[in-house]
Amino acid sequence: MSGGWETVIGLEIHAQLATRAKIFSGAATAFGAPPNAQACLVDLGYPGVLPVLNGEAVRMAVRFGLAIGARIAPRSVFARKNYFYPDLPKGYQISQYELPIVSGGAVTIVLEDGSRKRIGVTRAHLEEDAGKSLHEGLGEWTGIDLNRAGTPLLEIVSEPELRSAREAIAYMKKIHTLVRYLGICDGNMQEGSFRCDANVSVRPVGASEFGTRCEIKNLNSFRFVDKAIQYEVGRQIELIEGGGRVVQETRLYDSDRGVTRPMRTKEEANDYRYFPDPDLLPLVLEPAFVESVRATLPELPDDKAARFVADHGLSEYDAGVLTASRELADYYEAVVAALGGEPKLAANWVMGDLAGLLNRDGLEISGAPVTAAGLAGLLGRIVDGTISGKIAKEVLEAMWSEGQGADAVIEARGLRQITDSTALEAVIAAVLAANPGQLAGYRAGKDKLFGFFVGQVMKATGGKANPAQVNELLKRLLAGP
Amino acid sequence: MKLHELSVAALGRGLREREFSSVEVTRAFLDRIAARNPALNAFITVTAGRALADAAAADARLARGEGRPLTGVPLAHKDIFCTDGILTTCGSRILGNFVAPYDATVVERLDAAGMVLLGKTNMDEFAMGSSNETSGYGPVRNPWDPGRVPGGSSGGSAAAVAAGLAPVATGTDTGGSIRQPAALTGLTGLKPTYGRVSRYGMIAFASSLDQGGVLAQSAVDAALVLAAMAGPDARDSTCIERPVPDYVAGLERPMRGLRIGIIREFFGPGLEPGTGAAVQAALGGFRTLGAELVEVSLPNLPLSVPTYYVVAPAEASSNLSRFDGVRFGHRCADPQDLRDLYERSRGEGFGAEVKRRIMTGTYVLSAGYYDAYYLKAQQVRSLINADFRRAFAAVDVLMGPTSPTPAFPLGAKVDDPITMYLNDIYTIGANLAGLPAISVPCGLVEGLPVGLQVIGPHFAEELLLAVAHAWQRETDWHQRRPPEPAGGTA
Repeated sequence: MSGGWETVIGLEIHAQLATRAKIFSGAATAFGAPPNAQACLVDLGYPGVLPVLNGEAVRMAVRFGLAIGARIAPRSVFARKNYFYPDLPKGYQISQYELPIVSGGAVTIVLEDGSRKRIGVTRAHLEEDAGKSLHEGLGEWTGIDLNRAGTPLLEIVSEPELRSAREAIAYMKKIHTLVRYLGICDGNMQEGSFRCDANVSVRPVGASEFGTRCEIKNLNSFRFVDKAIQYEVGRQIELIEGGGRVVQETRLYDSDRGVTRPMRTKEEANDYRYFPDPDLLPLVLEPAFVESVRATLPELPDDKAARFVADHGLSEYDAGVLTASRELADYYEAVVAALGGEPKLAANWVMGDLAGLLNRDGLEISGAPVTAAGLAGLLGRIVDGTISGKIAKEVLEAMWSEGQGADAVIEARGLRQITDSTALEAVIAAVLAANPGQLAGYRAGKDKLFGFFVGQVMKATGGKANPAQVNELLKRLLAGP
Repeated sequence: MKLHELSVAALGRGLREREFSSVEVTRAFLDRIAARNPALNAFITVTAGRALADAAAADARLARGEGRPLTGVPLAHKDIFCTDGILTTCGSRILGNFVAPYDATVVERLDAAGMVLLGKTNMDEFAMGSSNETSGYGPVRNPWDPGRVPGGSSGGSAAAVAAGLAPVATGTDTGGSIRQPAALTGLTGLKPTYGRVSRYGMIAFASSLDQGGVLAQSAVDAALVLAAMAGPDARDSTCIERPVPDYVAGLERPMRGLRIGIIREFFGPGLEPGTGAAVQAALGGFRTLGAELVEVSLPNLPLSVPTYYVVAPAEASSNLSRFDGVRFGHRCADPQDLRDLYERSRGEGFGAEVKRRIMTGTYVLSAGYYDAYYLKAQQVRSLINADFRRAFAAVDVLMGPTSPTPAFPLGAKVDDPITMYLNDIYTIGANLAGLPAISVPCGLVEGLPVGLQVIGPHFAEELLLAVAHAWQRETDWHQRRPPEPAGGTA
């Protein structure tokens, strides 16, 4: 971006909580049901119905609060946010306004240069989702699907401490990892289970006041967050540098055209007339309850990564990659356990070849055809010298597609490494004899030709020669009889 | 005595002793409704066929000896309670086509107790009114004088019970809507503690004030019916987890030593002299029964009306947003766009008083006005609560008039909302503080009934009913009936 400007971003992330029932009714929350099949009278806002708070949603919000070191409010209050819209059945959304359940936490993100940055989380509050309007295939009509109405959301509001789209993405990914670790959100962005609004402004570097912000609504992929913020920052800088002024407004990101466009200005904004919902008593949480939730927290990604660095000797970067999802970390740990050590070898293979195959086939770690025990079996054969790392790649591919164990593949394909010195010496002698020119060159001082001879030996053995052994023997034999 | 003149207790007893059948009783009330309702307009819907079928089923249970105190006894529900498969209008044209798909908890419980539903009673639109004149289905007439109002908002329930069209009826009380019509029609009307009776299925007016209750011929009847409708409900978070006492068993309690606080602020200049005199006479009666009378002051109580007219409309403006023409209720013809759909559906569906309160409520919650109105009103509400708490530290119950005047003529106050609002000056305090209160007949002024109001601490329904019962053992005001119209009766 242009020099002289600093970007200021705050994110409001909406994480759909993975409860079975809705936040204020007993209707199911499963995705993909026919329109209005999962909307009961409470969700439909029928006359006379009343909300009853789902305790599971409360537990999940508390889990999140504890995981980010936040304050869990001993007393929080549900409020009504009033506005008219056809997909909002009651004409108000039940949310938390003045007294949210979670406030004042933080997460740490790791930037590209390896430095760390602490991002404050102002608050996280419980609220109900709205339904949605349907237009396709209905002609001039608008359809309303209220299946999503009443789905529990945790709205996680960051401090305006993010200074670039990259930081915003790193923060959003961090929260995404965290909510999945905690088992409180499935993180499915295509289905809208995890989405965000981005508040974006720019100011001259060194300024202490914030610039006027725009809010970009409903971003449902990391890529869109990145592109929308970058576009918006560029737009605002161009506007100001051209002598214009940023107007506070809500904007939408048009992913087809890669631009943000205005939705409504501050003047057009609703007056939501928030007031405490008289149908719900203040939510009072006893310390004992909070502690009982704390006792069920899993090891969190940051703690796990720190342990991988301290106990396994991994780099912070590797530890960060491996702990990005709980399933990946579990897989890695299972490999190390089965292998009885060798954490660096395990980490390299999990992040390298295994990740490559998953990526190639579009699989999640949970769907990998090679189990952690299977991978450990393969790595064990590298450790004991049965095969080389290079051969191991071939074995892994075979295990992946054929579903066999490492030993079966090695035997069936005759991939066992040649470690017999006599046999290797014969191969080397043949290679030297076949390349007299290079041999003379090497002996005349062209050291770089060493690699050529290694290559020729490996080629002649079909890659099965033990590389360390080849080096040692070559050095001796090249030196002369 | 004719069947329609019997109390709930007497009907229940007679049914269990097989002196008459539920079908006979139900038919007697349906005949009364057919004869008198055209003039009184107490019912919006009469469920005759269903009532007779339910009565026959009750008779079968009674024949098997499975009768309980309320088995086979008819009742009427205020049309604010949702009734499965039955038109539920809440007194509004916007729900003119709304057949509720479920039963309110109160309906479900009284049904389970074996009561037979005669129909749904007229009421002020969305319970907003003190005269039953805001109903979208026409005003209700007071059986004591057809030129006068029966009070409101439970005016249809009051007129129905007073005229013998139903032995008992449910009501709701947000600012006096059970007690004031009970006073104006000579009935015993009990508003329980907030949270004593489930609000599930009771169409909301002001959620923090609304409470379901009963309009009956006596404290005994009120005790019988309240016992069946009260109690915890998992579907209403504001309904209190607390067992329901045996209200009937608690009725016989001596008044000797009862400390009665006379609310000084209730005997000011606005009180009609005849009403004041009747209430004073009743207080003297309690002294004779051995109660101890002391004057108490609740200095913030006169702020009840302005406080109420901020809090109640604020909640109502939000509660009534769901009536938008989208999912149920009235939808305007040929909406041009969304805005048109909203504006015309609501504009056509709501009456003037409801619109006035939606506008008032929207205003007091708006940015820039919230602190000055809504927040201030909540603060005053706390002060009023504190006044009551202090008073109940010194006395067992508080007494005063229910309404400043007896029933007033139809149309007398419709053009002056402030005068109309002042009808509730003595009743609103109990709603703001969530306290139980009962109105019992204590006299007649120029042929019109006067009510004595008794307010108790939270969950003191048992005591209030005992106080009312003690009074009703000594007097016959509750047995006085309005004159039957010339030309004979059913």
